[in-house]
Amino acid sequence: MRFFLIQSLNGLALGGLLFLLSSGFSLIFGLMRVANLAHGAFFMLGAYVGLSALRAGLGFFAAVVIGGLAIAILGALLERFLLRKLAGRLLSQVLITLGIAFIIGDASLLVWSGDPMPLPIPDALAGVVRFGSIFFPRYRLAVVGFSVVVLAILWVALERTRVGAMIRAGVDDMEMARGLGIAVPRLFTLVFCLGAALAGMGGVLGGPILSVYPGLDMDMLPLALIVLILGGPGNLLGAFAGSYFIGFLYTFGQALFPDLAYVILFLPMVAALALRPQGLFKLRAA
Amino acid sequence: MKRNSVYSGLRPPSVAGKAGSSIVRAAIAVLLLVPAFLPFDYYVNIATQILIAAIFASSLNLLVGYGGLISLGHAGFLGTSAYVLAWLATRGELSHLWASLGALGVTTVVAGLFGVLSLRATGLGFVMITLALGQILWGVAYRWVSLTGGDNGLSGFSRPHPLGIDLSSPGSFYLFTLVVFVLAFLFVSVFVHSTFGAGLQGVRDQPRRMQALGWDVWGIRFVTFVVAGFWGAVAGVLYADYNQFVSPHVLALTNSAEVLLMVIAGGAGTVLGPIVGAAVVVLLKNVVSAYITRWVMLLGFVFVLIVLYMPEGLVPGVERLRRRTVRRGAEA
Repeated sequence: MRFFLIQSLNGLALGGLLFLLSSGFSLIFGLMRVANLAHGAFFMLGAYVGLSALRAGLGFFAAVVIGGLAIAILGALLERFLLRKLAGRLLSQVLITLGIAFIIGDASLLVWSGDPMPLPIPDALAGVVRFGSIFFPRYRLAVVGFSVVVLAILWVALERTRVGAMIRAGVDDMEMARGLGIAVPRLFTLVFCLGAALAGMGGVLGGPILSVYPGLDMDMLPLALIVLILGGPGNLLGAFAGSYFIGFLYTFGQALFPDLAYVILFLPMVAALALRPQGLFKLRAA
Repeated sequence: MKRNSVYSGLRPPSVAGKAGSSIVRAAIAVLLLVPAFLPFDYYVNIATQILIAAIFASSLNLLVGYGGLISLGHAGFLGTSAYVLAWLATRGELSHLWASLGALGVTTVVAGLFGVLSLRATGLGFVMITLALGQILWGVAYRWVSLTGGDNGLSGFSRPHPLGIDLSSPGSFYLFTLVVFVLAFLFVSVFVHSTFGAGLQGVRDQPRRMQALGWDVWGIRFVTFVVAGFWGAVAGVLYADYNQFVSPHVLALTNSAEVLLMVIAGGAGTVLGPIVGAAVVVLLKNVVSAYITRWVMLLGFVFVLIVLYMPEGLVPGVERLRRRTVRRGAEA
């Protein structure tokens, strides 16, 4: 029972991080039809930037903000100067994001060296919370809480604001949205920036749990892909459910079948692919 | 080559041209034989690597260039084949021939399974599913230590002795690779110029029309996927024999990206393109690695530059230039 509870919390914390990673990935794919293969690299680079901010003497929360901002700026530049040039050429866009992912990955290795480095847990969130006879690390609970807050903010922003309505219109029917006079290119920059910022913040927040190391980018990217395939592109609640499902599955898989944890992770995806004869959500139309 | 007659109007119609092309062919044949007799093992080995990469890239080209299906999981087939061969030859204690046949068989079956899954989608969906499936294989190789040796990989098997010929020297292994390469080249040439190949290109360009005309769109894609997987497996057998060692690195996403780069840089949808691309990438990689260690970053930059400035690839680009100069020559 104790094992189950502790692993559940670990699964929840990983799910929270995955949501920060894949909510942006999913929105970008849903709206822009861009499979941003640099998204894992955004996550990793965010963590490294956060690490440098901490080493420069800044507090943890400042590091989270700086990590998010830095990646948001990077995302804006990439969207504006590379992706937009290739507008409408879906496969060229995928390839260029892959190239960017390699550049970021190798440049990080050059700058921050190859050693895995954990980010320290902020003092305010150190220690444990006691539920009966079980102790939970406070930090992991905070990550879960943060992901729920982000979900709430994103949900309100998408469902209850004018810009959110424009984004939803773009996801549902791009041509019609353009026809109604919605400034789609500006929305693209906004959403790409937002997704990048979330990934960057996720990276910093994940630092104390996952550490940051070369290869973190390509470890995280397939997880975002699975969540997207399970949750459906552009579907916020789908991304949330998918993230937590994968978080649980990976954590329990690793605890119970360490050899096969990685394969187990992909089984729901394979099942979804095999059992849904009409194809995956809207993937086929892309 | 006969099929090119459709375009013969664009070419200078002369006997000299034909004689010229046969001289060119003879020259290429001689050039291909030269590396086997070079006195420097280093260059012989690079030539071998280029041929293996060329077989690998040509197999992916069937999907990418002729089928319009961009796969980011193609290293999965080379890797699976190399791993199965290594495993059967060491832990399975099979002879080299049976281990190779086992590798080809298992990989072809895996290609069939992956084909069924990834052909649920086309376009971006296909890209993402093949990427995810490739990562599964990487995960198995890396994490399932008891089966695959984990990060240490598998080693302890030697090169084959087909018909009693010793292939342990670089020159002899180069010739062996060359034989397989020529077979692969002939296969690809015949395949893409066959009725099936024409159907495949029709499905790439106009899937709905092809369906309406009664072609089995899914079936054509599936068969191509499996054929590409099979030739990827052939490259994997050669890869394992060449290195006499397999590690999870061979299944990494960078490897899938590298082979995709070969196809796109050389010219997807041309028979020669992936071969040129393989030569360029292998040479670039070896030259660069001799000076700096940042191959992955360079790979990334080459990707970005090619997508931005030369999306059609080297071979079609050069061909276009050549035609332009020929036409100018004719006008003069």
